[in-house]
Amino acid sequence: MNPFGDQLLNVITFVPLAGALVLLLLPKEKNELVARLATVFAGLGVLVSLPLWFAWQSAPTDGHGFRFVFESNWIPSIGAKYIVGVDGISMLLVLLTTIMGLIAILSSWTAIQTRVKGFYVFMLILQTGMIGVFVSLDMFLFYIFWEVMLVPMYFIIGIWGGKRKLYAAIKFFLYTLFGSVLMLLGIIALYFYHEKVTGMFTFDIRYLQAMGAWSGWFDLQCWIWLAFFLGFAIKVPMFPFHTWLPDAHVEAPTAGSVILAAVLLKMGTYGFVRFSLPMMPEATKHYLPYALTLCVIGIIYGAMVAMVQKDWKKLVAYSSVSHLGFCMIGIFALTADGITGGVLQMLNHGLATGALFLIVGLVYERRHTREISEYGGLWKVMPVFAVLFMIMMLSSIGMPGIPGNGFIGEFTILMGVFALPQKFWAVLAATGIVLGAAYMLWLYQRTMFGELSNEKNKNLKDLNFREIATLVPLVILSFWIGLYPKPFFNILAEPVNKLVAQVEQTWQYPDKVGKLAGDDVLVRLDELEEAMPEEGNEVH
Amino acid sequence: MLDLIWLIPLIPLTGVLINGFFGRRMPLKTVGVIACATVLIAFLLSVGAVVQLAGSEPNPDGLRIHELSLGDWMPLDAVSVPWEFSLDPLGSVLLLVVTGVGFLIHVYSIGYMAHEKDYARFFTYLNLFMGMMLTLVLAGNMMVMFVGWEGVGLCSYLLIGFYYDKPFDLRTGLTCADAGRKAFITNRIGDFAFLIGVLYLAINFGTLTFSEISERVAHAGPGAHGLLVGVGILLFLGACGKSAQIPLYVWLPDAMAGPTPVSALIHAATMVTAGVYMVARMSALYAQAPEAMAVIAAVGALTAIFAAIMGTAATDIKKVLAYSTVSQLGYMFAACGVGAYVAGIFHLMTHAFFKALLFLGAGSVIHGMNGEQDIRKMGGLKKKMPRTYWTFLVATLAIAGIPGLAGFFSKDEILWGAWSSGNKIVWLTLAAAAGVTAFYMFRLVYLTFWGTFRGGDEAESKVHESNSLMTVPLMVLAVLAAVGGWIGIPKLLTFGKDINLFHHWLAPAISLPHGDGHGVEASHSAGLEFGLMAVAVGIAVFGILLALHVYKSSTLPQKIADTLGPVYKLVRNLFWVDELYKFAILKPFYAACRGFRWVDIHVVDGLVNGTRNATLGLSYISNLHDRIVVDGLVNLTGWVTTWLHRMLSRVQTGMIQTYLSVMLLGVFILIAYYTLAG
Amino acid sequence: MLTPTHVMIFSLVLFGVGVFGVLTRRNIIIVLMSLELILNAANLNFVAFSWAHPSIHGQVFALFVICVAAGEVAVGLAILITLFRNRNSVNIDEFHLMKG
Repeated sequence: MNPFGDQLLNVITFVPLAGALVLLLLPKEKNELVARLATVFAGLGVLVSLPLWFAWQSAPTDGHGFRFVFESNWIPSIGAKYIVGVDGISMLLVLLTTIMGLIAILSSWTAIQTRVKGFYVFMLILQTGMIGVFVSLDMFLFYIFWEVMLVPMYFIIGIWGGKRKLYAAIKFFLYTLFGSVLMLLGIIALYFYHEKVTGMFTFDIRYLQAMGAWSGWFDLQCWIWLAFFLGFAIKVPMFPFHTWLPDAHVEAPTAGSVILAAVLLKMGTYGFVRFSLPMMPEATKHYLPYALTLCVIGIIYGAMVAMVQKDWKKLVAYSSVSHLGFCMIGIFALTADGITGGVLQMLNHGLATGALFLIVGLVYERRHTREISEYGGLWKVMPVFAVLFMIMMLSSIGMPGIPGNGFIGEFTILMGVFALPQKFWAVLAATGIVLGAAYMLWLYQRTMFGELSNEKNKNLKDLNFREIATLVPLVILSFWIGLYPKPFFNILAEPVNKLVAQVEQTWQYPDKVGKLAGDDVLVRLDELEEAMPEEGNEVH
Repeated sequence: MLDLIWLIPLIPLTGVLINGFFGRRMPLKTVGVIACATVLIAFLLSVGAVVQLAGSEPNPDGLRIHELSLGDWMPLDAVSVPWEFSLDPLGSVLLLVVTGVGFLIHVYSIGYMAHEKDYARFFTYLNLFMGMMLTLVLAGNMMVMFVGWEGVGLCSYLLIGFYYDKPFDLRTGLTCADAGRKAFITNRIGDFAFLIGVLYLAINFGTLTFSEISERVAHAGPGAHGLLVGVGILLFLGACGKSAQIPLYVWLPDAMAGPTPVSALIHAATMVTAGVYMVARMSALYAQAPEAMAVIAAVGALTAIFAAIMGTAATDIKKVLAYSTVSQLGYMFAACGVGAYVAGIFHLMTHAFFKALLFLGAGSVIHGMNGEQDIRKMGGLKKKMPRTYWTFLVATLAIAGIPGLAGFFSKDEILWGAWSSGNKIVWLTLAAAAGVTAFYMFRLVYLTFWGTFRGGDEAESKVHESNSLMTVPLMVLAVLAAVGGWIGIPKLLTFGKDINLFHHWLAPAISLPHGDGHGVEASHSAGLEFGLMAVAVGIAVFGILLALHVYKSSTLPQKIADTLGPVYKLVRNLFWVDELYKFAILKPFYAACRGFRWVDIHVVDGLVNGTRNATLGLSYISNLHDRIVVDGLVNLTGWVTTWLHRMLSRVQTGMIQTYLSVMLLGVFILIAYYTLAG
Repeated sequence: MLTPTHVMIFSLVLFGVGVFGVLTRRNIIIVLMSLELILNAANLNFVAFSWAHPSIHGQVFALFVICVAAGEVAVGLAILITLFRNRNSVNIDEFHLMKG
C-alpha cells in the first residue's frame, strides 16, 4: 500500500517542488499547458499522499508516536538534522494540504490570466513549504519551511492580488515575519537550554518535547512560551493579532485565499499543538486564562465584526477569526475532547472556509466585485452554485447532519471545554454558533435570495464542470466527516492522548532529580538518558 | 421490521436525492409522485413497526421499546455518541402522526403547488423535512435527535423562505427570506440553551442515550437536584425555540410566509411539536426536577392565553391560525408541566389533525381566492367552497372543544390534569384560553365563510372550490379530527369502563414525579371531573356565541375596538413584542457590531498600522540622518577626491610632445642634481 | 685622431637634433623620423664604446636596436596611416585623445 517505503514523506513534500522545476522549463507563453501540468503535479501530490491514509494502520511508529519517519544528518556542526515524520494530527493536515492545493490550482485555470507560469510555480513551491512545516520533526527544518512558504504567498498576494495588493502583501509578510522571528528566538533559547541541561545540541522535536517533563525552568519557559505564542497567534490568527487576515484574504487571488484559509492558518494552531503545549506545559497552564480569554473574544468579536461587513470576502475572513477562536479554545482546554475537536475543526474549517472562498471567487470571476450589495437573487440564475454554497455554509455554521462536519468539530470542542471547572468558557464559546448562523444566513440571504434586481446579474452563468469539480470533493469530505467521523477520531486518539499526558506529566519530585553542570537546573536523569539519542550530535 | 426503523428517515431522503438532482428535468407529476411515494412507504413501514412493537414483550418496567445502534458516530472521550434509533410508544404516536399527516399534506401539495415554478425544489425540501423529522422522532439519543432537530429547523428556514424573492409583511417590511432567517436564528438561540443542557448531561451522566439518561437521573440522588433543574430549564428553552413559546415565539407568526402546506405540516402538525415531544422524552429528568416542571407549566399556560388573545385581532387568515398554534402548543407544554404528559401528547396528536386541517382549509381558501389572505376581504365563501367549508367547520368545532370531537377529549384531559395536580391557576388560565380560542376561531369562520363577500365583485367571480387532490386530504383529516379523539376517551365518559387505549399505550413511556407511573388521576370524584368538564364546555360555547353575536353585526366589532382603545391597539400590535426585541436586543446588537468594526479598523488595526506608520516615521528620520550626516561625509570624501582629480587631470594634455618635454626637463633636473650633488 | 669622445660629441648633437625634432615638429612623420635620429644616436654610442673597450656586445646591441627600430617604424607608420584615414591629418596637435 505504500510504494515509497520510508521515503514516503520526502516524496510527498518534494513532488510539488519537482513540479515547479518542470514548469520553469516550459516556455512562458504556453499558459494552458502550464496550468494543466501544474494541476497534474498537484494531483500527483494528492496521489502520493494517499498511502498516508491507507497504510496508516500498518506503518510502524518510532516509539514517540510518529510514523513514516525519515532521518538523515544535515548540519552536524549545530546538531540540525533532516527529520520528517507524521503523527495522526500532522498526517491529517498533510492530506488537507495536498487536497486543498489541488483544488486551489484547479480553481485558478481561468482566474489567473497574467504571468501564468509564475503563479503556478509559486503555488507549487508554497505547497512544498506547507507540507514541510507539517512533516518536519526538526525545529531547524521546521523553521526553514515555515519561512519558505511565506515567500511564495507574498508574491501570490503581491502580484495577482486586488487593488491594495501591495499593502496587504507587505502587511502579511511583515506581520508574520515579526511573529516568526520571535519564535526563532524561542527556538534558539530552547536549543541552548536543552544543551545546557543535557550537553546535547539538538533541534529534534522528539527530544525537545521531553523538556516538558522537566521542572525548574518555569521562568524561562514562560518567556519562550510567550515568544512562541506571538509567532503562532499571529499565524492563527488570534484576537488581537488578526488584522492582517482580512486584508490578505480580500486582496489575495482566490487560490491564495483558499490556501491561506485552509492551510496557512492551521500552521499556527498546529504550532501550539506541536510545540507550546508539549514542550512548555507549565507555562501553558500559567497563561491559560489569558489565552482562553483571547479565544472567547476572538469567537464573539470575529462573529460580530463579520456581521456588519459589506465585502463578501471580508465577511468570510472574519468568520475565520471566529472559527479559529473555536479551534484554539478547544486546544487550550487541554482535554482530549478539546484537542481532538480543535484538530477536527481545523480540517472542517479548511474544508468549509476553503469552499466559501472558492465560492466568492467563482462569482468574483463573473462579476469582478465583492460588494455584497451588488448581488441578490442569484439562486434564480445559478441554482447549482446556490446549493453548493448552501451546503458549505451549513457546514460553516455547524449544522448537524447536513453536512455535519462543522457540528462534529464544534460539539467535540464544546465537550472538551465544558470539562473545565469553569463552565462559562463553554457557554461563551457556544454563543459563537448563534452568531455564526446569524451572519452566515444573512450573507446567504443578501446574495442568493431576494429579487434579481441587478441587471448585471441576470445573465450570470451557472457553474461549469471544472468549477463543480473544485467544490464537490469538499462537499463529499464534509459529509464524510459529518456522518462517519470515526476514522478521524481513531487516528487522532493516539497523538491526542499522548499530548494530554505530556501536558499533565510535569515532574514535581525534587528528590528524584539531580544537579547538572553547576546549575540550579533540576532534571530527572534516568528519564533524560532514555530520551537521549544513541549518537547525539554534541558539539565539542 | 423493528430493526429497519432506521430506514424510515432514509426513505424520504432518497426522495431528496432523486428530486434534488433530477427534479428540474423531470415532469412535474413524476416529482410529486416520487415525493409522495417515499412518504407513503415511510408511513407503511411505520405502521408495520408500530404494530410489531405493540406485539412485542414489554420490559420489566412495562415499557415496550426497541433500540438499535448503527455504530459509533462521535466516540468522544467524555461521552460516546452512536447512531442510535429507538421506537417506543411515545415515538410511535409521533411517528404515525408525522408520516400519516405528512403523507396527506404531500398529496395536498401536488394540487396546491401545481402552478409553482420551483415545484421540484419544494418537494425536495418537503422530503428533506420528512427525513429530518423522522430522524428526530426515531432518535435513540439526544445528538441524533439534535440532527433531526436542527434539520427540521433548516427545512423550516428553507420553506419559509421558499418565495425568497417576495416581500411578506408590508407593515414591518419583512421579506419571506427574512422570516425564514428570523425563524432559524430564534431557533438557534433556543438550541444554544439546549446544547448547554446537553453538555451538562453528558459531562455529569456520561451518556446521551435516552434510556440510559432516564435510568441514571432516576438514581442521581439529591445532590444532583440543582443540576437537573438547571438542565431541565435549559432543555425547555430549546423547546421554547422550536415550539414557539414565550419568549421565543416571535418567529412562528412570521413563518406563515411559507407556502400553506408548509405551515400545515411544519408549523402546525409536526415540527413545532418537537419541543413537546422532547420534554416528554425527558420526563424522567423532569420527574427529578419539579421546579423545572413548574416553569414549563407556567410558560405554557401563559403562552396559551397570551397567543390566544393575539389571535383575536389578527386579520391574516394564516396568522390567526399561527397564533392559535402557539396557544395550543402552550396547552401541550402546560400539560407536560403539570405532569399530564399523556394528555399533552394526546393533544399533540389531535392538534395535528385539526390544525393541519385548518391550515389546509385556509390554503384551499387562499387558493380559491387567488392568493388573498386578508379575512376582511372574504366572507360568504360557504356556498362557493362547500367542501372546504364543512371540513373547516369540523376542525373549528374540534379546536373549540365541542364534545365528541377530537379536541374536546385532549383539551379536557389537559384541564383535568391541571386541576387534579393542584395547579388551579394553570387550570384557570387554560380554561380562559379555551374560551378565547373558541371566540377567535368562530370569528375566523364567520368572517371567512359566513356573511357576505367583501372583496369586490371581480374577485368574487373568480372564487372557486379547489380540486380533489386538495379536498380529499381535507376530508380524510376531517374524519380524523372528528373521531381521532375517541382512542383517548376518559373513563368518566364510558361509565367507568377503562377503554382509554391511548393512555395505556403511552403511560409506560412516561416517568412522573413520585414514581407514579399511572398518571394524575389518583384520587378524584367523578362528579368534580364531570363538573369541570361542563364548565370548560360552557366557556367554549360562550366564546362561540360571543363571536357569533359580535360578528353578526357589521359595526359592532369596530365599536368594541374603539371602546377598548389602547388595549385593542396593544393586541393589534401584538403587544409590541417584536418592536421590543428590535429595540432592546437587535438594535443594540447591531450597534455593538458596528462598534466592534470601528474598533477593529481604528484600534486593533490602527495599532498595527500605527506601528507601521511609526516605523515609517522613524525610517524617514533615519533616512534624513543617513542622507545628510552619514552620506554627507561619504560624499565629502568623494567631492574632495573629485576636486583633486580635476586639478591633477589638467596635467594630462594628451599632447605627447608636452609629456616628452616634461620628461626631458626631469632628466635634466636629475642630471643637474647628481652632477651638483656629487 | 678620431677618439670615442668625438663620436660621442657627434652622437650628442645627433640626439639633440632628434629631441628637438620630436618636441617641436607638428608633422607626425617628421616626429617619427626624429625618433629614428635619437635611436641612431644611441646606436652610435653603443658602437663607440664597443670600439673603445674591445668587446662585441655593444655592436650586437646596436644590431638589436636597428631591428627594433625597423619594427617600431612599421607599427608606427601603420598607426599613422589609420590615424590619417580617420582624421585626414598628420598634425600632432590634433591628436590629444588622452587629454585628462
